[in-house]
Amino acid sequence: MTDVTSWYTVTPGWYMALAAILFIIGASGMLLRRNALVMFMSVELMLNAVNLSFVAAGRELNLIEGQVSVFFVMVVAAAEVVVGLAIIVAVFRRRNTASVDELVDLKG
Amino acid sequence: MVEFVLFVIFGIAAVFGGITMVWARNPVYSAMGLMLTLFSVAVFYVSNAGHFVAAVQVIVYAGAVMTLFLFVIMLIGVDRAEDFSENLPLQRTLSLGLLALFGAGVLVAGRLDWATGPHMPGEAVNGTVEAIGDQLFRRWLLPFEVTALLLIIAAAGTIALAQFRRPDEEETP
Repeated sequence: MTDVTSWYTVTPGWYMALAAILFIIGASGMLLRRNALVMFMSVELMLNAVNLSFVAAGRELNLIEGQVSVFFVMVVAAAEVVVGLAIIVAVFRRRNTASVDELVDLKG
Repeated sequence: MVEFVLFVIFGIAAVFGGITMVWARNPVYSAMGLMLTLFSVAVFYVSNAGHFVAAVQVIVYAGAVMTLFLFVIMLIGVDRAEDFSENLPLQRTLSLGLLALFGAGVLVAGRLDWATGPHMPGEAVNGTVEAIGDQLFRRWLLPFEVTALLLIIAAAGTIALAQFRRPDEEETP
């Protein structure tokens, strides 16, 4: 890597900006959609955006810990997906809907 | 130059996939959009020297997690129309306005130096299996063991959720 920085040199700030855009898209999906599955996918997108910023910052700071954090986030996300989808299926079996607007009361 | 071209192509692909995920009415299209984004993020991992996490991203996320999502979408039924009418007044405009504000703040902050800190001198990071495993099994051994506990709890919880039935479920369809 040379020290010459041209206009097309991709700095970590670029990746941070892209991660921010992806996070905002995920947050908007969380706020605008009513389908529990799509809201869940939005959560995954937000987790991925943060992972991208971890990896980019890890390269800038020469720390492998950024990628170790990504590993842990992936493990937690996988566990979360399994439990969350099981809850969605359980709710669907009982209420016959995947829309969060129709789940207005806590009583089964 | 290569990194710039990759960044532009897959950056557009990632944003397009994310917008498709939020925009599409059919959940299957949403899943496909998310899959495109996940692959693009895997490419960014490679350009940031994260070879192992890129492989894990493709196998675990784009492979296993998305398959699980598609499986549940098929189980629940894809032809259900989603009600897009909003019950809360002002929720949509307010949320989009606040998101735009938040986005502007994060974009400005992310371009500054303090988001990542100044570039450290030293050996460049190389995310091979060896480098990550070396850290994982020395410095982060206890968190790694705790994730094993977490996975067991998740698996047990899923089995409990799948087996739980009300006594009168046979009567109610």
